[in-house]
Amino acid sequence: MRRSFFSVLVAGLAALASPVRAADAPPVKIGAVLSLTGGAATLGDPALKTLQLYVDKLNGQGGLLGRKLELVAYDDGTEPAKANGFAKRLIDDDKVDVFIGGSTTGSTMAMWPAAEKADMPFISLGGGLVIVDPVKKGLFKVSHNDRMIAEKALMDMQKRGIKAIGLISETSGYGQSGRKETLALAPKYGVEVVVDETYASKDTDVTAQLTKVKANPKAEAIFVFGFGQGAMIVTKNIAQIGLKLPHYEATGSASEDYIKLTGAASEGVRLPSPAMLVATQLPDADPQKKVSVEYTTDFAERYKSDASTFGAYARDAFFLWVDAVKRAGSFDKEKVRDALEHTKGLVGTCGVINMSPQDHLGLDISAFKMVEVKNGAWTLSQ
Amino acid sequence: MLLQFVFSGCTLGAAYILAALGFSMIYNASGVINLAQGEFIMIGGMSAAALSALGIALPMAIVAGVVIAALIGAAVERLAIAPTRKADTTSIIIITISVSMVLRGLTEIILGKENHSLPPFSGDQPIDFQGASILPQSLWVFALSAIIVVALAFFFGKTRFGKSMLATSHNRLAAQLVGVDVRKVMMSSFALSAAIGAVGGVALAPITTVAYDTGVMLGLKGFVAATLGGLGSGLGAVFGGLFLGLCEAFTAGYISSSYKDAVPFVLVFLVLTLRPQGIFGVKSADRV
Amino acid sequence: MSQLVSSTDIREWSGAPRMKGLTALGAVILLLPLVLPNAFYYDVVIRIAVNAIIAIGLNLLIGYTGQISLGHAGFLGIGAYGSAILTSRYGISSLPALCVTAAAVALLAWIVARPILRLKGHSLAMATLGLGIIVSIVLTNEAQLTGGPDGLSVDGFAIGRVAISGEKNWYWIFSAVLFLSVVLAQNLIDSPAGRAIQALHGSEIAASVVGVDVKSYKTSIFVLSAVFTSIVGSLYGHYSGFINPGVANFATSVELVTIVVVGGMASIWGSVIGAVLLGVLPQLLAGHEGWDTVIFGLVLGLSIIFMPRGIVPTLQGWFRERAR
Repeated sequence: MRRSFFSVLVAGLAALASPVRAADAPPVKIGAVLSLTGGAATLGDPALKTLQLYVDKLNGQGGLLGRKLELVAYDDGTEPAKANGFAKRLIDDDKVDVFIGGSTTGSTMAMWPAAEKADMPFISLGGGLVIVDPVKKGLFKVSHNDRMIAEKALMDMQKRGIKAIGLISETSGYGQSGRKETLALAPKYGVEVVVDETYASKDTDVTAQLTKVKANPKAEAIFVFGFGQGAMIVTKNIAQIGLKLPHYEATGSASEDYIKLTGAASEGVRLPSPAMLVATQLPDADPQKKVSVEYTTDFAERYKSDASTFGAYARDAFFLWVDAVKRAGSFDKEKVRDALEHTKGLVGTCGVINMSPQDHLGLDISAFKMVEVKNGAWTLSQ
Repeated sequence: MLLQFVFSGCTLGAAYILAALGFSMIYNASGVINLAQGEFIMIGGMSAAALSALGIALPMAIVAGVVIAALIGAAVERLAIAPTRKADTTSIIIITISVSMVLRGLTEIILGKENHSLPPFSGDQPIDFQGASILPQSLWVFALSAIIVVALAFFFGKTRFGKSMLATSHNRLAAQLVGVDVRKVMMSSFALSAAIGAVGGVALAPITTVAYDTGVMLGLKGFVAATLGGLGSGLGAVFGGLFLGLCEAFTAGYISSSYKDAVPFVLVFLVLTLRPQGIFGVKSADRV
Repeated sequence: MSQLVSSTDIREWSGAPRMKGLTALGAVILLLPLVLPNAFYYDVVIRIAVNAIIAIGLNLLIGYTGQISLGHAGFLGIGAYGSAILTSRYGISSLPALCVTAAAVALLAWIVARPILRLKGHSLAMATLGLGIIVSIVLTNEAQLTGGPDGLSVDGFAIGRVAISGEKNWYWIFSAVLFLSVVLAQNLIDSPAGRAIQALHGSEIAASVVGVDVKSYKTSIFVLSAVFTSIVGSLYGHYSGFINPGVANFATSVELVTIVVVGGMASIWGSVIGAVLLGVLPQLLAGHEGWDTVIFGLVLGLSIIFMPRGIVPTLQGWFRERAR
């Protein structure tokens, strides 16, 4: 009797101790609200593909903590009001365990009230400083924010002895917050903004605004803060009117498409970029090299096209979460949130991430690389 | 500086002229305001770019792009406009908006979200003149608009088919009674308008690149330009487009670049309240 | 216009079914919480209510007086931002802020109505479209005041000392406003003013010949629909906690007109049904990447082609046919 009881006990304990087979436990859901259509479609589309890529990959390797992952993604059409609605759907209806997304700052901030109420760990892909400043308990971000973009560019300008610039910013959230940061930081680097113009992302011609820069004798360089198609048109117009000043762009133009569609006009353009764009040129000792090269290879293998920085942010967000889950040993929202906050030394394509309760970005500006278009290709610049 | 603003305004205006011509064309033939006109422009550019990327020679790709747009225009008329002929203005506007959504959505699915470009017709070395520069492609767009305006004037004024188109728009029943095939007329008007738009799209692509959503703003501003100049008037479309482009450029240059997008709508508000038929339009009288 | 909506239809729609319709609406409002599983569903219903209220007001304009407006989202934006800025920045409490904003919108609408309502057809469409876009541009550019393109956080709402928060509580607020709007609109249609308005719709010239003050009725309806929109916009801002200039853009205006047209012009219940349809459809389509725009456009286009008078009037027509 005792023996059989004992053996039952042992069998029971053994059963408890063995990991739950993936087929038995329900999948862990990752909720993603991305801009797959609308003005920010170039941000959301690679992000979705990247998330799908790595969810599938991890599932193929047996899942996370023995459970399969499932990606639930919605398109907010670059409309924060829709993002707000989908946030609630993800929380209440789909019952996800984490939010990755908000391709834009607007969408992120629209989703935040609902996420906050639900104590949902939320890793944003948006670029605005406001996402992490002031720090919000469950909200984290992975990409360098607009202040850092401005700072990196201004540092480079200072290094090259540039004292006055013309600033052309896009009327989108990205452009306007970038403009605000640039205007605030410029004096610190001894730079004066002598021309301050804007353009809309769908403009077909911005030579009127650029002419003002050209006509201003004090301007020694031009800084364009925008992304995608709009920035490409600005670049082409700069070449068209023969504006031969040093030309800086924002990280929004850090893509292969930018060079492809602007052609010779982009030669010599400098911008701050995540290392991913020049992954193969990094010295082997640079920790970002391995993950960046891996990412571009993985992406190209599955999607047969170039990876973009926006997809890279999604990759970093995904692995940030995976790392936190592993350290927390569970998917519990509170534990994962705490683990996220204590991320240390995690290497992402954007840099080495070291979070803290006061810093929910965890990147410093050194991870940002200054790159230049040389002979029609992105090259690492010192 | 002033001259560059003028050139900038001309480049912007050239795009608007082409969009406005398409609006005027369809309005002339059927009284319909086609808010999907922008999508025809986009389809022309996107098809040509896609075919060219597949390796087809550029001239062929352009012709094919225009033909595709024309076919789509005819299909739109048959499927969406003809069945709702009797509906009122509001409903027809909504229908054309729904058509634009379908066209935009399908283009996005089939051709993707990225921007595409076409090589310029005669190189992209800007032409410098007195310190200001303009792209040769912009001049091409103007040249094309001019050709189209002249051709349309000839078409509506001198050819039998063109005259039957005008007749249909003025009084459909009467036109039918004298033997005009109104169905063919309606279909052709849309096809023609789509073709005009597509030509514009192909000419603009080298300057602005095209993507699935290029048509939205362009269509809207084309509508504004056409209204400014007087709907139904080819000359009005040219004037409206150019005027709009110049006002935008001057606002950006002299007042505020952030508010330049408000200019078209402020202008149209003023024109509509002061001279509702547009600058070149004809005052219409309602029969009681 | 006159071929689309016959005066017989209008008379019948605003007559006997009134009490039945209201009772049904009341019953639905009271019973819905029993079937809604979680806060997300409440959110969808609230958005539907918001759209329905605006559509009812807009329908008075488009369906009854025959004036199209492609810029009503502008009033929505002013309502939302006005109330948000007054409460967050100037510390005014929410209910007075809402009223002040609504009054400002009424004034703006009145000023704008005079020149605009002389226009007809596509000119009116263009003028209203322009206004909406101008509002949207101002909201985007005046970042100091409005938070710019990235939007603005909005404080909570309170009636006196009672703070309203949570989807379930807001559900009651919006349902009440919806119910009141329907009652108000129906009373308006049945009143002498309402009959004057319907006469307008048939033929403005004929109406003015028999002594209807066409201009002042058109203006009043325009202002009324603007105020409906503003009030709801203010409430919605407080409810969602966050607004951005997109709330005033052209796409939103199109959505509102779509609800009116698809639901049924000159049909109050049509606006409600239209709002339900256009609120539920995107949720059903979500996740079908890329196809949602196409399907939405198809649904929209097909319903106008096959039911040009709108869903509710067409159905009412069928039932009447059957009754004969």
